[in-house]
Amino acid sequence: MSLVSIENLTVSFGGHEAVSDVSFTIDRGEGVAIVGESGSGKSVTARTLIGLTGDGACVAARRATFDGIDLTRLRERQWRGIRGSRIGFVMQDALVSLDPIRPVGREIDEALRVSTALGRAERDRRVIELLGRVGVPHPELRARQLPSQLSGGLRQRALIASAIAGDPELLIADEPTTALDVTVQAQILDLLDDLKNDGRALLVISHDLAVVSRVAERLLVVRQGRVVEAGDTRAVFAAPQHEYTRALLAAIPAEHARGTRLVPGAGSGWEPTLVGAVGAAPVPWASSGSVDGAATHVGEVGEVVARAEGVSKDFVGPDGVSRTVVDDVSFEVRAGETLGIVGESGSGKTTTGRIVVGLEAPTRGSVWIVGRRDDGEPVQHDWATASRADRRALRRDVQIIYQDPLSSFDPRYTVGRVLAEALTVSGRATRSTGVRVRSIELLEQVGLGAEHLARRPLTLSGGQRQRVAIARALATEPRLILLDEPVSALDVSVQAQVLDLLADVQGATGVAYLFISHDLGVISHVSDRVLVLKDGRVVEQGDIDDVFARPQHAYTQQLLAAIPRIEPAGASAGASAGAPAR
Amino acid sequence: MDVAKIGVRLAAGVGVAWGAATLTFLAVQITPGDPAYAIVGGPEANPSPEVIAQVRAEYGFDQPLLVQYVRYLGRLAVGDLGTSYRLQSPVTQVLGEQIGGTVQLAGVAALLAAVLAVVVAVFTARRGPVVRGGATSIELFLASSPSFWLGILLLSVFSYALHWLPSVGNADGRALVLPALTLALPIAAVLSQVLRSSLEEVLEQPFITTARARGLSDAAVRVRHGLRHSLIPLATMTGFVVGGLLGGTVIVESLFTRQGLGRTLLAAVNAKDMPVVLGVVLLSAVVYVVVNLVVDLLYPVLDPRLKTVTATEARETVTANEGTETTETEEVSA
Repeated sequence: MSLVSIENLTVSFGGHEAVSDVSFTIDRGEGVAIVGESGSGKSVTARTLIGLTGDGACVAARRATFDGIDLTRLRERQWRGIRGSRIGFVMQDALVSLDPIRPVGREIDEALRVSTALGRAERDRRVIELLGRVGVPHPELRARQLPSQLSGGLRQRALIASAIAGDPELLIADEPTTALDVTVQAQILDLLDDLKNDGRALLVISHDLAVVSRVAERLLVVRQGRVVEAGDTRAVFAAPQHEYTRALLAAIPAEHARGTRLVPGAGSGWEPTLVGAVGAAPVPWASSGSVDGAATHVGEVGEVVARAEGVSKDFVGPDGVSRTVVDDVSFEVRAGETLGIVGESGSGKTTTGRIVVGLEAPTRGSVWIVGRRDDGEPVQHDWATASRADRRALRRDVQIIYQDPLSSFDPRYTVGRVLAEALTVSGRATRSTGVRVRSIELLEQVGLGAEHLARRPLTLSGGQRQRVAIARALATEPRLILLDEPVSALDVSVQAQVLDLLADVQGATGVAYLFISHDLGVISHVSDRVLVLKDGRVVEQGDIDDVFARPQHAYTQQLLAAIPRIEPAGASAGASAGAPAR
Repeated sequence: MDVAKIGVRLAAGVGVAWGAATLTFLAVQITPGDPAYAIVGGPEANPSPEVIAQVRAEYGFDQPLLVQYVRYLGRLAVGDLGTSYRLQSPVTQVLGEQIGGTVQLAGVAALLAAVLAVVVAVFTARRGPVVRGGATSIELFLASSPSFWLGILLLSVFSYALHWLPSVGNADGRALVLPALTLALPIAAVLSQVLRSSLEEVLEQPFITTARARGLSDAAVRVRHGLRHSLIPLATMTGFVVGGLLGGTVIVESLFTRQGLGRTLLAAVNAKDMPVVLGVVLLSAVVYVVVNLVVDLLYPVLDPRLKTVTATEARETVTANEGTETTETEEVSA
C-alpha cells in the first residue's frame, strides 16, 4: 500500500476552489513532484497533508490517508503527532522560514524536543549530527549562528535538517531551491535526492520543471487547482500530452536560443494565458540551435550609451572592515544591445548596476553616460562631475526596472498617475491631453490598454505590473534601461511573455539594456554580450555565444554546469555531464 | 553594545537633563509673579518692599538672568537642587522623603501593566471576532478613560460600595491596589494593543508555519516564537510608558491622598515653590534617560541580530565562510 494516498481532494477558501479533485499516491522511497505556476494550488495541496491548510479552508476528499491513518478525521492534537515526526515539511525561502532571532541549532533542537524523548545532551549531539548529515561544514559553529549569518545554501540545509530531525517517513519540500543560486541549487537537489535514497518518500513542490526532473520519478502538472497531466517524469517530458505542459516546457528560456520567441504562435502582442500554445510542437531538449519561432531580435547595435571605466566600490561593514564589493569593472553598453551581468548573490551585480545609473557613487573609477540634450545633440557626462542640471537630464536617459515592481510603485497611485508622473517630470509630455494620449500609447506598447489607466498596482497581476514598470521606464524615452532581476519573481509562462516584450521594445526603440540576473538561462536568452562577475571582479566577458559555448574561466564553467536542465535520460542526479557529480 | 557606545548614550543623557534644566529655568522666568513673594509666604503675607528687596538680594534675583542661570547650573552640577521656598528644607531632602511612595506605586503599576498586557495579548491574538473584538473594545475603553475618572469609578465600586479596599493612604499593600490599578489599566490597554498587533504580524510569518509543521502546539508557538518577537516593540513602548507613569502619579496620588512626588509637585506648583518643581522635573528627566538607556541595552538581548560583531567573531565567521566556499566549490567541481 502507498504511504500517501489522496483521492479527489478538494480545498476551497470561502467558496473559491483552490484545489479541485486532485488524486495521487506516494510510495516509500519514491519522489513525486507537483508542478505548476503560482496560484495553481500546489502549495495548498502540500500543506493539506500536514493539516496546515490555513484559516478558513474547507478540505474535502474521498480518501486521504497517510500510512493508513485517515487524515480527514484528525484532531489538532493527533496532527501534532504526525507533523515533524512522521511528515517533515521544508518551506520555501529559509531566510523567512527559520526564526530570525534564534540560532539555527535551537530550531533543530526544538524539532527534536517535540518529536523525540531525547535528553538535552543527547539532543545537542544530534543537532550537530543532523547539520553534518545535510552537509553543513563546521556544524558546531553553525548551530550557534542566526539564519541571517548563514548563506542561502546553508540556511536551506539547516531548514532541511530541522525537517528531518524527527526522522519522518515523508519529506515535503515546497519550492526548496527557488531563492538559491544555481550552484547551491544543484547541491540542495543532490541532498534531497540523497535523503530520498535513504528510503524516505519525497514530495517536491515546484514551478521549475528542470528542478523536478532531477528528483522526482513521477509528477503531476497542476493548473488552476486541477491536475492536467500526471505520470512518469521521463515520459511526460519526452511526450507531454497536455497543451499546458507543452507550453510550460516551451517557455523555459534556458532551452531556447537567443532571438527566438518563448511564447510560440504569439505575435508582438501578449497572450493572457498559455492557450495560445495549442498545437506547438514539443520542443527538443537540446539547449542550443533550437530555433522554433520567428527571429525578432533586431541586431542593430549603435553608438555607446554608457561606459564604465575601472569602477570599484568599497563598503565598510558593521565590524569596521572595508570590503570591496565591485572591483575594477569596465564595460561599454551600446544602443540596441543587451549586456547581461551574471553572478551569484553577493557577486556585486546589483551594486554595479546602481553605479551605472548613478544611484551609487563608485569609490574608484568613473561611469560615462552618453545622453542627448533637448536639442538632440549628444552629450557625455560622468556622474561624479556632472552638474546638477546635467544629472537631471541624465536621469531621463537612464531608467530602472526592478524585480518586484509592486514595491517600486506608490500603492495609492493609479497606473495613469504613475505614467503621468514619469511623463511630466521628464518633460516628455506636458499638456494633460498629451499625457493621457501618450500614457495609452505606452500601455499599448507593453500589451496593456486604456482600461488599465484607472487600476492600482495591487489589483494587477505580477506580469501586468512588470509591464507597467516597463511602460513607466519607456515614458522618459531612455537610452539605457537597467533591469535588475526583472523576471525572477514571475512564473515561467509570464516570464516568457515579459522577455518577448522586452525584445520587441528593444527592436522598436533601440534602447540598450543592462540586464542583471542570477538566472543563466534568462541571460543566455536575452543578452548579446555577457559579463560574468565573481566577488566583484569580471572573470569573463564577451559575446554571449562565445562565453556560453566556450567558457574560459573555471567559475563560468561551474555556473553553466550547474544550470538545471531537463534531462532526457531521466531523473537521476549526476547523469548528465552538466550536473555536478558527487 | 560596547563601552564607547554606552558612553555616547550617557553623554546624550546628560544633554537631555541639561536641556530639561534649561527649559524649566526659562519656564520659571516667564511665569508671572515674583518668586520673592513665594519665599516670604505668598502675596497674602503682604510683605514690605524692603523685605522683598532683601529676599531678592539674598537669592540673587536682582542679578542678570545669565548670572542666575550659570549659578543655577553650577549648583545642579554639585547635586544641590536648592532649598524649598515653602518648606525651607533642601529639595534633595524633600524629594528623598517623597520618592519611596511614588517608586512603589509606579513600580507595581508598571509590573501590573506589563503582565496584564502580555497575558491578554497572547490569549487574544488571532482569535475569533468575539474574543478579539471584546478584548479590543475593553482596551479602547480603558485607554481612552481619563485616570481621575477611572480612579473614582474603582473607588466607588471597590471601596465605597463593596468595602474591599481602603480609599486613601500609604498604609499597606491593600492601600496600593486601587491606585496601582488606576495607573496600570490605561497603560496595560495601550501595551496590549501594541503587543497583539505585533504578535499577529509575527504569527503570519512563514517561520511560524515551520514551527507548527514541526509539531509544536499552538500555545508553544505563541509563547516561544511569537512573544519573543513581540517583546521588541514592547521595549520601545516602555520609554513612553515611563513618561505616562510619572505624569499619572500626579493625578493618582492626589485622588487617593497618597504621599509621593506627584502630590509634592502639585503642591509646589500651587505655591510657586520653584526649586521643588525644578527638582521633580529634573528627576523625571533623569529617570526617563536611564530607562531608555536600559531599553537600548536590552535590544541586543531581545534581538540577537543587533549584536555588533566583535573582531574575534568576525574572524571566526570569515574563516568558516572560507571553509564553506571551498567545500561547496569542491562539491561542484569534483
